[in-house]
Amino acid sequence: MATTVHDPPKSGTDQKHPALTTTGNGNRGGVLPGGGNLREVRQYSPPPASTGIWVGIAAIAMTFAAFTSALIVRKGSSNDWQPFTLPIILYLNSVLLLASSVTLEVGRRRVAAFMAGVKAQRANPARWLYVTLTLGVFFVAGQYAAWKQLRAQGVFLATNPSSSFFYLLTAVHALHVLGGLAGLLLVIGRLRSCVLRRSTLDIASRYWHFMDVLWLYLLLLLWMTL
Amino acid sequence: MHDMSAQAVQHHAPPTSFIGKHVFSLDHKVIGKQYYALALVAVVIGMVLSWLMRIHLAWPSAKIPLLHYLSANGAAGNVMTPEYYLQLMTMHGTIMVFFVLTTAPFAAFGNYFLPIQVGAEDMPFPHFNMMSFWVTFVSFLVMIASFFVGDGPTLGGWTQYAPLSAIGPASGPGQGMGVVLWASSIAIFCVGQLLGSLNFITTTLDMRTRGMSLWRLPLTAWAWFITSVMGLTAFAVLMPACILLILDHVAGTSFFVASNLVISDQVQPHSGGSTLLWQHLFWFFGHPEVYIAIVPGMGIVSHVLITNMRRPLLSHRVMVYSMGALAVLSYMVYGHHMFVSGMNPFSSLAFSFPTLIITIPSTIVVLIWLGSLYGSKLRINSASLFSLGFISMFISGGVSGFFLAQPSIDIMLHATYFVVGHFHLVMAVAAIFGIFAGTYFWFPKMTGRMMNETLGKIHFWLSFVGAYCIFMPFHYLGLAGNVRRYQAFVDDYLQPLLPVHKFITVAALVTGAAQLVFLYNLVYSRFRGERAADNPWQATSLEWSTPTTPPPFDNFGGQHPVVYHDPYQFGIEASSGDYVMQNSPEEIHTVRDEE
Amino acid sequence: MAAKGRTMGRIFAVTILVIAIGSAIPILRHTWWMPQDISTHGAPIDEQMSETMAEAGICFLASQILLAAFIWKFSNPKPDSKIKTFPGGASGLVIAAFLLVGTEVLALGAFGAKAWAKIYFTPAAANALPVQAQAGQFAFYFRYPGPDGKFGPIHPDMVSEANQNFYGIDINNDQDAKDDIVTAEMAIPVNREVNLLMHSKDVGHSFFVPELRVQQDFVPGLDVAIHFTATKIGRYEIVCTQLCGLGHYNMKAYLSVMSQQDYDDWLKKEAALQ
Repeated sequence: MATTVHDPPKSGTDQKHPALTTTGNGNRGGVLPGGGNLREVRQYSPPPASTGIWVGIAAIAMTFAAFTSALIVRKGSSNDWQPFTLPIILYLNSVLLLASSVTLEVGRRRVAAFMAGVKAQRANPARWLYVTLTLGVFFVAGQYAAWKQLRAQGVFLATNPSSSFFYLLTAVHALHVLGGLAGLLLVIGRLRSCVLRRSTLDIASRYWHFMDVLWLYLLLLLWMTL
Repeated sequence: MHDMSAQAVQHHAPPTSFIGKHVFSLDHKVIGKQYYALALVAVVIGMVLSWLMRIHLAWPSAKIPLLHYLSANGAAGNVMTPEYYLQLMTMHGTIMVFFVLTTAPFAAFGNYFLPIQVGAEDMPFPHFNMMSFWVTFVSFLVMIASFFVGDGPTLGGWTQYAPLSAIGPASGPGQGMGVVLWASSIAIFCVGQLLGSLNFITTTLDMRTRGMSLWRLPLTAWAWFITSVMGLTAFAVLMPACILLILDHVAGTSFFVASNLVISDQVQPHSGGSTLLWQHLFWFFGHPEVYIAIVPGMGIVSHVLITNMRRPLLSHRVMVYSMGALAVLSYMVYGHHMFVSGMNPFSSLAFSFPTLIITIPSTIVVLIWLGSLYGSKLRINSASLFSLGFISMFISGGVSGFFLAQPSIDIMLHATYFVVGHFHLVMAVAAIFGIFAGTYFWFPKMTGRMMNETLGKIHFWLSFVGAYCIFMPFHYLGLAGNVRRYQAFVDDYLQPLLPVHKFITVAALVTGAAQLVFLYNLVYSRFRGERAADNPWQATSLEWSTPTTPPPFDNFGGQHPVVYHDPYQFGIEASSGDYVMQNSPEEIHTVRDEE
Repeated sequence: MAAKGRTMGRIFAVTILVIAIGSAIPILRHTWWMPQDISTHGAPIDEQMSETMAEAGICFLASQILLAAFIWKFSNPKPDSKIKTFPGGASGLVIAAFLLVGTEVLALGAFGAKAWAKIYFTPAAANALPVQAQAGQFAFYFRYPGPDGKFGPIHPDMVSEANQNFYGIDINNDQDAKDDIVTAEMAIPVNREVNLLMHSKDVGHSFFVPELRVQQDFVPGLDVAIHFTATKIGRYEIVCTQLCGLGHYNMKAYLSVMSQQDYDDWLKKEAALQ
């Protein structure tokens, strides 16, 4: 997590003042020490974006927690809840999203290694990011296809509370996935212009993985209650 | 030696254009001032609404000049209709709670001073920060727009209980477009708050300068940090609630509207929603919200009083832990708003215990203040007077909580003026006093000029006595069974209480007028106030160490401060007097924390 | 300058005292107070109220007096005076808060729970008189089951203010509905337990009779029931306390507590008017 308090790197001069035994946040800056060795990198305090993304993830989690309680309460409060079968394409979409997390992780490590100048790259380090992007787009398209399928069956937003929650949860999730896609586009753009910061890459990935985990949770919830 | 902290923030160059400097500014100080200005406009509107309400309550058939300009059909002949009273009441509560009490103590002062107090140049996400203000501003515009659209604003109270709020226009004027605008405005507001919380949390955790450990943070920084964590979790629940409400209106869903409801002999087309669901979602947000309104005030009062008492609090850590305890407990108590709502009576008991327990950290906070006053060298000025006034008001408002925390007593006091008295004392008075204290204290740093002390004291006296005259009688009315949210008192048993209402109305108008003294002082001092030194109060925290007053664009003029001391080293012997500033390298005998 | 501060501090201290004591006086004298209790379950509530008032009052007065005293004594002292620490320090105060306030609130909670349980955790007596109350914008209507003791079902599509069929009952097809008695006023016999079945026609409302020590929300979509016994003959107001729209302030009905004989006569008269 975000902040550990420890000494800044020694830089030749020494602080003898006794009151300086406690420091602020420690090392700052985007310099990647340790020659790209991930284990060494983790000893240093991450930049604020790392904390920031956890804050964002916490907020999104709370939002979906609220939707979850709404679903549970609404289901239990009257007899009008009509479950329906989830469109099969949802499961395919889930596989796509899971795959995208895998490709993103592969891509992230390759880009990180590339940025640290560790390995000579034969292939474009952003290739796996492009694959992730594509899988993500297919996910959203697949969700849209699921909605179309339901609409063809006459199941709309207001048809039944069960369908209301289905559309609501999948739509809000898809909106956040679109945000994640925008983040990936930003990362790819900055990588191509050689101005990508390691932290930007990491937080975009963390957000994307969270979208994946969140989707698995929503799928489980919908499967159990619908 | 090489200072690493400089690279943390996305450096943005100082803006040069007027728009860049004063409108779309990335500078947290400008954003803070923008929030303050928004809160100022909102509080004036909210206060005028309350005057209209009070005049109507005392003289229901009175013709109020110009009222018909505010409403197409709510004030024919300048006489307020019952529905218009409720609409004004709803807007009063909403505007005050959201656009004043969540904005001024937290977003205004916090944005301005948190980065400086931790020793940073700015917050880590200045673009998000700028967005947070403008999103809040848009939210405010949407809320105000409801006055001028359709049949006016919603009349369901700031609590917008379903199904009145969810069933649509059939249930009353303003319940169609008015509700949609209200819910949209609040949903937008939530986004602004989340962006703000993001910056506050990351600033506190990641942007502290060298030497600024967590325990060296001033109490205001702690208060803002705790508040921002509460804001994050609470507003993230309010937003889905508003989305569900909007969907019930525009998409034909039935989240909150039960089936078989009949209005004007028409069965409403809904299939089985849950009335109580709205209340649970709303109050899960609503209770932490009131602590969001008060905790920054506690931080400000502590900060201002410590400087004016020339000694640190009896225990810095206990104050921090207590504010944290309040925040944590605030999530467990929300059902005390729902004791007689029809929820399981066992749940009512379950909620009442944490509600009673929350008196303990509240008491500790007050006792720490009182204990710190003992043996201090208390300076009396406008800032310290309002801080002391806060304590008195917080005691008064808090004590009525003893009653409301118990379901058996709540049977008699729920939905009466007792509740209205309780929350006005803590929110409308104590929290506002915190804002005033912060204003008198920090005005010199923000503008480079002192506010007029005489006017400040007049403002204090009129407000302190006036507020008690207004809100203490509310408790008596409540005990006698005076129901709230009534636009007129027609019941037999309420007739003997009418003179009390007239007294309150007069007190409210006088106290309201007294606020003009403050407004005048603000404007006058901004342009003609006495020039302020960099550290006019001889305070210790980093905001008083900025190289210029007001602080330069990057707060510290390119030099990041190094912190050597705990935040409130007063009552010691140092070269500057009885205090040493946090960034002074001078070694002194430190005042140890009382553990 | 310091002297002026000291004077203002002292005036402030006196003001706090005057306000604190002044606020307490109407409470002590019960100038504005709850009306007389006419219920069988109200005594513990009233006792709870008095206990809480005493404890809250002591806390209120003690803290305001302390605040006033410290402001009086310590505002703008001489420049050479020393900072003193409160005896016992913070730990003393924290312990005091936990022990004193903690035990106080837990005691209040425990006793209050008993009062609450008496009302909500005991079932209605088997021979309680069933009365149905319906709240709708902006009036209360009451229904008695008649000699068969059963309420006819409510048909929402048959509700008609115009035809005065407030409950939407179908007297032609529902046997149980034929002898139902619908009234605009609620009458109950004294000293007889009443089981009030609460139904909302449209939005949220609430049933509040201060003398009866009863307040309960109507929940649209969820019919709740409360039971109580009135002990004093008289006429009392039932007021709505849950914001329900523009007529909320005016939404009320009368509760008449009568002798059994008078109640029987009243019911016969109402039945004839159906």
